[in-house]
Amino acid sequence: MEISEVQKIAHLARLSLSDDDATRYAGELNNILELVERMNARDTDGIRPMSNPLDATQGLRADEVTETIDRELFQSSAPLAEGGLYLVPKVID
Amino acid sequence: MHNRTIASLATGLQTGEFSATELCRHFLARIDACNDTLNCVITTTAEGALEAAQASDDRRANNAALGELDGIPLLHKDVFCTAGVRTTCGSKMLANFVSPYDATVVERLHQRGAVMLGKTNMDEFAMGSTNEHSYFGPARNPWNTEHVPGGSSGGSASAVAAGFAAFATGTDTGGSIRQPAAFCGVTGLKPTYGRVSRYGMVAFASSLDQGGVFARSAADVAPALNAIAGFDPRDSSSSQHPTDDYAANLAQDLRGLRIGVVREHFSDGLDSEVADCVHAAAATLREAGATLVNISLNETALTVPTYYVIALAEASSNLSRFDGARYGHRADNPQSLEDMYERSRSEGFGDEVKRRIMLGTYALSAGYYDAYYGKAQQLRRLITEDFARAFTDVDLILAPTTPAPAFRLGELVDDPVNMYLSDIYTCAINLAGLPALSMPAGQSASGLPIGAQLIGAHFQESRLLNVAHAFQCRTQHHLAAPDTGAYAEISR
Amino acid sequence: MTWETVIGLEIHVQLATKSKLFSGAAIGFGAPPNSQACAIDLALPGVLPVLNAAAVSMAIKFGLAVGAQIARETIFARKNYFYPDLPKGYQISQLEAPIVGPGHIDIELANGAQKRIGITRAHLEEDAGKSLHEEFEQYTGIDLNRAGTALIEVVSEPDMRSASEAIAYLRKIHSLVRYLQICDGNMQEGSFRCDANVSIRRPGAELGTRTELKNLNSFRFIERAINFEVERQIDVIESGGSVIQQTRLYDPDKHETRPMRSKEEAHDYRYFPDPDLLPVLVTQASIEALRTELPELPDAKRERFKQAYELSQDDAHQLTSSRAHADYFELAASTSGHPKLTANWMTGELAAALNRSNTDIVDAPVQAQRLGLMVARIADDTISGKIAKQLFEIMWSDERPVDALIDAQGLRQVSDSSAIVGFVDAVIAAHPAQVQQLRDGNTKVIGFLVGQVMKSSGGKANPKHVNQMLRTRIEEQTS
Repeated sequence: MEISEVQKIAHLARLSLSDDDATRYAGELNNILELVERMNARDTDGIRPMSNPLDATQGLRADEVTETIDRELFQSSAPLAEGGLYLVPKVID
Repeated sequence: MHNRTIASLATGLQTGEFSATELCRHFLARIDACNDTLNCVITTTAEGALEAAQASDDRRANNAALGELDGIPLLHKDVFCTAGVRTTCGSKMLANFVSPYDATVVERLHQRGAVMLGKTNMDEFAMGSTNEHSYFGPARNPWNTEHVPGGSSGGSASAVAAGFAAFATGTDTGGSIRQPAAFCGVTGLKPTYGRVSRYGMVAFASSLDQGGVFARSAADVAPALNAIAGFDPRDSSSSQHPTDDYAANLAQDLRGLRIGVVREHFSDGLDSEVADCVHAAAATLREAGATLVNISLNETALTVPTYYVIALAEASSNLSRFDGARYGHRADNPQSLEDMYERSRSEGFGDEVKRRIMLGTYALSAGYYDAYYGKAQQLRRLITEDFARAFTDVDLILAPTTPAPAFRLGELVDDPVNMYLSDIYTCAINLAGLPALSMPAGQSASGLPIGAQLIGAHFQESRLLNVAHAFQCRTQHHLAAPDTGAYAEISR
Repeated sequence: MTWETVIGLEIHVQLATKSKLFSGAAIGFGAPPNSQACAIDLALPGVLPVLNAAAVSMAIKFGLAVGAQIARETIFARKNYFYPDLPKGYQISQLEAPIVGPGHIDIELANGAQKRIGITRAHLEEDAGKSLHEEFEQYTGIDLNRAGTALIEVVSEPDMRSASEAIAYLRKIHSLVRYLQICDGNMQEGSFRCDANVSIRRPGAELGTRTELKNLNSFRFIERAINFEVERQIDVIESGGSVIQQTRLYDPDKHETRPMRSKEEAHDYRYFPDPDLLPVLVTQASIEALRTELPELPDAKRERFKQAYELSQDDAHQLTSSRAHADYFELAASTSGHPKLTANWMTGELAAALNRSNTDIVDAPVQAQRLGLMVARIADDTISGKIAKQLFEIMWSDERPVDALIDAQGLRQVSDSSAIVGFVDAVIAAHPAQVQQLRDGNTKVIGFLVGQVMKSSGGKANPKHVNQMLRTRIEEQTS
């Protein structure tokens, strides 16, 4: 991975890295990727991917209102809220 | 008092030898005396604990119905949401986050009358194997405070070993209960995937995470597992497979049981003292009536990279909600939305978390999905089938938990690759969703605990606890306790 | 130099479930901010999604109604991106294995011909919250009430060739989802939203670069936006430029589209199957059970009305424009026993009254049975058609039964000969000149004489009988 690619990935993940950090991470990530390369030693043609270890399937919930909402309580940990709205820096569309 | 079994404590409460309040005070005093050194508890909830203990005593006094763990003190890993009490996940991002709701695990233990003493230290967002990646500083191994307690549930393991509570909860994604249990000389169980509800357990890797228990013996793990196991409709991955009474079959005979020992595990990478302990454990189990069988798990070499790709990809997405918008850390004076996101997340997350988020993001990014995540999901099936094949031959597998005893603090903190490789014996189990436990099996020459791992087929927790109990009836490793006298402070 | 327009539409249909797609919070427009956002909708640490059974059923019904294949195993995927109205930092949607596969819907073109529009797929996904930019100077306010609401996204093939075809397709889907009772179709409240993908090309050429138009919340806006965009793209290309692939917002005040700033960079959504949700198995039995629950669909109902009630295409179309209209008609027609006359009244007086008072048919003060009874009274000669108009107006504000009102207002037609003959004779006596004109062969003057009888009887005499009786009496008196 190049430093520029590290910066691109960092931006996708909304992390800001200084150039020094990016260099350091690039080195570490490349080492980890080498480890990950070992996966290619094994042929997996035709193997079905497994997302749940028990191959379980989804249960369904009855369509009912079950939640009572305590907005005060939820917003008591908000960094900034007013009039019931969460506030973030202005976004221009 | 803090080295007594849960059954013994329950009897003590019942006979009036001591009250729940006295019991609570005793453990709070232990925390007070040793936590400055060990740093295994992030938040002590003394007031709430004493209230709960008093309520327990009142129930007993009024002959009201008692829960199965009434009055028994516990600690929760700080990854479980606790209503009204700070839940930090060991991170600056949530350093002041007070959860408005209780995790199902917390709720169920509370319903059975257990008394929560506080929240334990952990690697940030459960990402790590040493508890050195915590915003609140590293937790230390009570056997030798220059060594790590393991991770990510290092705080819980260390706390149980040091006698801070009768038992503690933890979570295990690639070994985060079993490895610290081995490093700290306690018994730690990771149940089958889906056995314990993940609702309220802050997610690291959704298809791998499972909540479990630390205690000083299998017999103590059992009642705690009874409390938390079982279907939860709030967790789609929760299983409807019927639960057992996990304490009912502890003393079952081992005759006829086939236990596999894996050839591929005993390679150069395994410390000889650990290998010796595992072989000794095999001999003990043979004496107890089990048949020990050599087996092969051919896919062992693939497990670490497969595990890390899946875990990190899922984690990178699970941690996107931490953006400074609705809760958690927000950077000062953000100049724009993007600035708020980038600075809040960069300031709020530590290095290891950032490393993992970036790797996970990379693995899922355009053009790389098939090579990384897609490939890993295929390997996951092969690894799971490998175990399934083994379980047609044997009932359980005996294995090392870790390649070596606890490392020194600072030894691996900047060496992610070697840290990841140390998960070699544990992470495959999470990929296959199997239940497994680590039990104390000996000590190194330097006095550090060594654990042995028992791995079962899906939903075989009763069998695991049974074999561990049989082992613990014939050995004394689990009875050893660290000498905390060297650093315990007399309470003011 | 002709240009061909190519349009594909993505419609977001908000499902009329009681709770959200993955949480048990209530849904509904206009609640105080964040009063319908529970822990799961807020993406608090540790929360998990659980799938709403009714949303799945509604999606399957939609699929059946457009003749689509229903997936037997359907998977939810995470679409990862950062935006304040998306609390988890990802939207739970579907990528591979959507619940509804390829289907189609037939539209009627202006020239009366039918055209089949392909539907590529329809999938379930959760809605985002709302960002409010106007309320605060330095901040954007986030309301997560809508976050987590169940949607189906219906993706069409790029089969439409004009704004009017696009509108016809939209109207068809709009009517269909309301017929199925899976959506209330309220565009102002955002329960039915449309994005349009528009491009142009020379006939026979490859597809051109397309732009995506957003913020289209009425049929009128959609038509204007598409037409504007097509003109814009033609201008760009004809002056030597090329169309940039981008997302554009429609500005209803300036009647133009402009690029949307926040969507300028291409997103890498890093789709992967959501590990908190498991594959959903849909059994053949459950699909068949839902098939039996499907109501008669608009096209079938319209054809049946034409046949069974002998209605014109236009009338049938109007009366099946919604299930409410269709149900009203059938009840009124069966009450009156005269479907054609009932249809006339519905497309005429009733429609006008509803329009004037801005009332929906379900809230009409004159409900189906009362209208039916009124029509029956016209048909059985109790009242005349003209009088009925008066009666209808009275019924709009007076709840009393039809017969009671007829009597109370004295609206009964007089058809009894012995009662009419007096009026007739009096008019004959009073207008000898006109009577003579009639005898002389001027047939038109009968209208005047009938009018005079109607006037002197206060409008109550049955005009048909009056006409008959005048002729008879005049004839009798000749001899």
